[in-house]
Amino acid sequence: MPQVVGKQYKEILKKYLESHSEEDLYVGQQFSRRFIEKEIAPEDVISIHKTALLELHPELQDEVWDSLDFLIEMMIHYGFTLRERQSLIRKQEIIQMEMNVATKVQNTLLKTESPIVEGLDVGWISEPARQMNGDYVHFINREHESSVAVADVMGKGIPAALCMSMIKFGMDGLVGENSNPGKALSTINRIVEKSVDDSMFISMFYGKYNSENKMFSYASAGHEPAWHFSNETGTFLELDAKGLLLGVKVDSVYEERSVYMQEGDFIVMMTDGVTETRTEEGFIEMKEIQNLLLEVKEKSASQIAEHVYNNLTEAQNHRLSDDFTIVIFKKK
Amino acid sequence: MKRSSVEIITEWDIVAARQLGRNEAKKAGFGTVDQARITTAISELARNIYLYAGKGRIEIERVTDGGKDGIKVVASDEGPGIPDLRKVMEDGFSTSGGLGAGMPGVKRLMDEFKVISEPNNGTTITATKWLH
Ligand SMILES: Nc1ncnc2c1ncn2[C@@H]1O[C@H](COP(=O)(O)OP(=O)(O)OP(=O)(O)O)[C@@H](O)[C@H]1O
Ligand SMILES: [Mg+2]
Repeated sequence: MPQVVGKQYKEILKKYLESHSEEDLYVGQQFSRRFIEKEIAPEDVISIHKTALLELHPELQDEVWDSLDFLIEMMIHYGFTLRERQSLIRKQEIIQMEMNVATKVQNTLLKTESPIVEGLDVGWISEPARQMNGDYVHFINREHESSVAVADVMGKGIPAALCMSMIKFGMDGLVGENSNPGKALSTINRIVEKSVDDSMFISMFYGKYNSENKMFSYASAGHEPAWHFSNETGTFLELDAKGLLLGVKVDSVYEERSVYMQEGDFIVMMTDGVTETRTEEGFIEMKEIQNLLLEVKEKSASQIAEHVYNNLTEAQNHRLSDDFTIVIFKKK
Repeated sequence: MKRSSVEIITEWDIVAARQLGRNEAKKAGFGTVDQARITTAISELARNIYLYAGKGRIEIERVTDGGKDGIKVVASDEGPGIPDLRKVMEDGFSTSGGLGAGMPGVKRLMDEFKVISEPNNGTTITATKWLH
């Protein structure tokens, strides 16, 4: 045991026994940080105390010394816990470092470029609740068409993220084909069915904007309905289509629908991290999200997405309870 | 070298092993805190024998190595062995949960620690603490 610490402790104890003052207690408390810093176990602290007391008051009764020995014995397991905690913290630091690398890999792997197509303004945000994201947005551009897939793996964190990486390869296979939403979902569904664990559920919304006929066509694999804001009527229309979650049945069929987009119209695609935002008062109302959208309906697609994100995270005290993804397709 | 041992059959034998360990540690010149640490290590090992192997023994030996004096504890049994040693030596694994004891705790209490265990062939744990 560091002799110096023992000596200093004795001085502080001596002062306190004479003064009984708050000031000396404060000094003692500050000094206890040294114990922790030097990783001195609780049983050693008591031993230091005993040694100091023995030098200051050797006349004390045997019961005092014996009881201190007893206390040392009692403290051994606390010492265990302390050391275990230190070792677990070190372990956690290593895991954290690995997580950082994994997140970087995921970000590189799942990187997607916003589409550029005549007359369409695109904005989107996808933020993980924890470090790794179980939501996924993927854009595909083909001449006059812009497609987007918005997916949500049930569950969060690493398992969801690993699963997402697999979807990415399914998406890559679609690039060459002239895929309509319904057909795209059945292709991805087959890949997922083959390669993903039965306990993983993935929902996906697939939308495509055609700049020639200004139609937005879509299909859904058990995903949150999207919203179509009509600038003419100032109202929201729900866009939903029949289809099972991905990976449930090999030969699932996905219904395909479409809407015409007028100037100033926009489509809102989300994951349940948005619609199931939980505030202190409970789940947020759909109406409230739509009101947020209305406040900024004249703004750009990115500004609309940001506005919703900022307000909903604020409502949750800046802590996301689920991965959060919103994509806006706005007709210029 | 002097060597003494306690057979572990009932829970009371754990107490006897502790007593033997504390006496030996004291004789070897360890201070109160280290005596308590050595005793606790013996106690945990003896308890594991009692709980998981049914019976076995704790041997305690005074050792010297190049002028260093110390105490060596050998806990051995012919029980079922420890199937996944790597797991057992991990922090946070022991069945007592967050109490932080268990084998990793014992390892930290002592200076040297070695486990030999084979399925169905018993377990032998050797742990040494040196006087500093
Ligand atoms: N001598 C032994 N023979 C067979 N299995 C053993 C033996 N010693 C330990 N084990 C196995 O190793 C596991 C971990 O032991 P350890 O002492 O670390 O924790 P524990 O006994 O489960 O809990 P505690 O924290 O109360 O000691 C035990 O649960 C037991 O399965
Ligand atoms: Mg045990």
